[in-house]
Amino acid sequence: MTNETPAVELRGLQKRFGKVQANEDIHLRVRRGSIHAIIGENGAGKSTAMKMLYGMYRPDAGEIRVHGEQRSWASPSEAIAAGIGMVHQHFMLAGPYNAVENIVAGAETSEPRWRWLPRAFRPVDATGARARLEKLARQYGLEMNFDAPVEELAVGVQQRIEILKLLYRDASILILDEPTAVLTPQETEELFVNLRKLCAEGKTVLIITHKLKEVMAIADHVTVFRAGKVVGDIPRAGTSVEELASMMVGRKVNLTAAPPPPPERGEAVLDVRELSLASSVGGKHPIQNLSFDVRAGEIVGIAGVEGNGQSQLLQLLLHPRAYRKRSRGEIHCLGQPILAGKAALATAAIKALGVGVIPEDRHREGLLLERPVLENFLLGLHQRAPFARRGFVSLKAVRSAAARAIEEYDVRPRSLEVAAGGLSGGNQQKLIIAREFERSPRFMVAAQPTRGVDVGAIEFIHQRILRARAEGAGVLLVSSELDEILALSDRILVMYEGRIVARFNRGEATEQSLGIHMGGGSHS
Amino acid sequence: MSLDFAMWEQMAGSTLRVSTPLLFAVLGGLLCERAGVVNIALEGLMLVGAFAAVAAALATGSPWTGAAAGAAAGLVFAAIYALMVVRLRANQIVAGTAINMLAAGVTPFLCKILYDSSGASPNLPLDSRFAIAPVWFAWILVVACWSWLHYTPSGLWVRFAGENPEALDTAGVSVNRVRWLAVIASGAIAGLGGASLSIFLSSSFTRNMTAGRGFMALAALIFGKWKPIPAAAACLLFGFADAAQIRLQGVTLWGEQSVPVQFIQILPYLLTVLVLAGVVGKSRSPKSLGLPFHRG
Repeated sequence: MTNETPAVELRGLQKRFGKVQANEDIHLRVRRGSIHAIIGENGAGKSTAMKMLYGMYRPDAGEIRVHGEQRSWASPSEAIAAGIGMVHQHFMLAGPYNAVENIVAGAETSEPRWRWLPRAFRPVDATGARARLEKLARQYGLEMNFDAPVEELAVGVQQRIEILKLLYRDASILILDEPTAVLTPQETEELFVNLRKLCAEGKTVLIITHKLKEVMAIADHVTVFRAGKVVGDIPRAGTSVEELASMMVGRKVNLTAAPPPPPERGEAVLDVRELSLASSVGGKHPIQNLSFDVRAGEIVGIAGVEGNGQSQLLQLLLHPRAYRKRSRGEIHCLGQPILAGKAALATAAIKALGVGVIPEDRHREGLLLERPVLENFLLGLHQRAPFARRGFVSLKAVRSAAARAIEEYDVRPRSLEVAAGGLSGGNQQKLIIAREFERSPRFMVAAQPTRGVDVGAIEFIHQRILRARAEGAGVLLVSSELDEILALSDRILVMYEGRIVARFNRGEATEQSLGIHMGGGSHS
Repeated sequence: MSLDFAMWEQMAGSTLRVSTPLLFAVLGGLLCERAGVVNIALEGLMLVGAFAAVAAALATGSPWTGAAAGAAAGLVFAAIYALMVVRLRANQIVAGTAINMLAAGVTPFLCKILYDSSGASPNLPLDSRFAIAPVWFAWILVVACWSWLHYTPSGLWVRFAGENPEALDTAGVSVNRVRWLAVIASGAIAGLGGASLSIFLSSSFTRNMTAGRGFMALAALIFGKWKPIPAAAACLLFGFADAAQIRLQGVTLWGEQSVPVQFIQILPYLLTVLVLAGVVGKSRSPKSLGLPFHRG
């Protein structure tokens, strides 16, 4: 085996799910000791290809070569045994247990003196495992606390545990699925340092991502997937974010369009005064003393790593009734008190004021996945003219409005009958946006509006949000994507552990300064 | 009633004895629930164990075959439960209730066939009953369970199966196999609990003799935060309430009238309610408890 033998080689891989050709004739060569980025929109087939590589799916045709040898496996454990491991987007960790237990589970060793017992009952050699882990951690610079329950550790550290889990199993090829989705910019930096170190030690890294700036920062080589095929395979040096984006989408994408200067600030459409919420409600951190407003014609962005109280704030805004006993402070929306002392408005009444909502979790709060697009479009509009007539829904009116809306908002496929769950993430989000804009909202809540959405749809959603602002609506944007916050917001508030820890006007903040506050400022 | 040393000694012995069936049941429940499967069927598993133990002890004259039969009966019923909830992913509360109803129906039925009385079996002779062995065995099992859970690979797998089964699956261990084995082992242990009720604490099988002990064991499990040692301590507390209840029957308060026995018998159940009301919110269950596992 020479250094020229690729660590991974995929030759003509095919995979079909039912009618969908998920992967067609995939060719890929990954040089040993390199960082190779796999990019593509949702549904482009990059995850399918990687899942075949690490044994979760079986290819219909084609071959997989690892270090020059042809391989095929029936399960991920066989792939792990062959030195291929994956760090999943959602970490595979059990919260109450410490790093050692989490890493060792499934790959336990025991001392020889217990050999007379069945394997499953031989005491685990925790001391030995720990010594080996500490050595590996030092070697690769993956510092961590081995004793604390993993749920108490920062997300970046949890990710290191996942990487160490693979190293413990002697993986030489590491696949990382959207590794930076949950990290602060500083944690991302640390991850990149660690990845470079891994490569320097001879490991090969594959990163599945859609963040092109990070591809430019870390990758040696880039493979672009589109519609189940490889459409580009180029060294990173000599390409650009724009070129990669165009390859991914298949047309020219304008990602850096500067939004027009903010119009005059108008009336407050949202006014939050000294709002607090006890910590027992769905999160680690209590909301403490939040005060801010959103005015007509501006976009206020709330930045922060997920889990720092943004979700609770959104719940309070939209469901004040459920929380009135545990909260203090006041919320006024479009001139009406929606939470003040014992009085609180019902959600439907709040939306009827002229509030549009792009919910944080579109599957849970935004759509009925089993139901057709038509019904999803009607959701929440069913009591409004012209859809409701004398207590009955006028299907004709809904049908024509929905047909017009999916045309205008480019929801694909153009079908009112297909179940919402069958749409891609981007199209689901466009459907929600179409519905919420149908109310001509004067105040818009956009929570993680582009999460899990392809580059092309991101562009569309951003433009739509900017148009709402131009039409005089106030927008509250809650996002953990810094690019999005920086591009759209006229004012930026940073939330950390339930408080607003920093406020910026447009142009004052940078990714770095936001990142520092998001990570707790001087604490980190 | 004087509070002398002899009385306390008697109470302690009585507490240890009456908490033994609960201890077995709580360990069975713990095994199952730490693996992520709700075990509301404990009551029924104990009941079939109690019946099978008496039947076998009557037939062979040995309490040991009785205990083995109790464990086997619990195991068989738990296998039916596992088939429903692990393999077929049925709702665990519904399936567990079904097991309880099945046990409540099948035991008097078999009792009628075998002994021509649906209410009770004949009494066991003294030498077909246990004198003290189940108490020892239960406490050894508590310690064994604790060390198994913390120090062995299979213990680790069970804990992961209940907390984050996907993590276990990606580590190459079959979640449903772990759960399947945990559930049937749980049934065997709960069956032993039933056996200790019928051939140790009493001398016959009577209809519905578990009288809610399976549910009390679930309460102890929650009170003990799904950990062996605290859960065992919770069993002792419930056992103490039960022993006190027996002891206090006929006691008089403020005058000559004795307190009605029904009020005294409430004691363990009242304690269960109070404990659960005070503790449930603070006790953290295994995260994937009650959620069937399937890939993707």
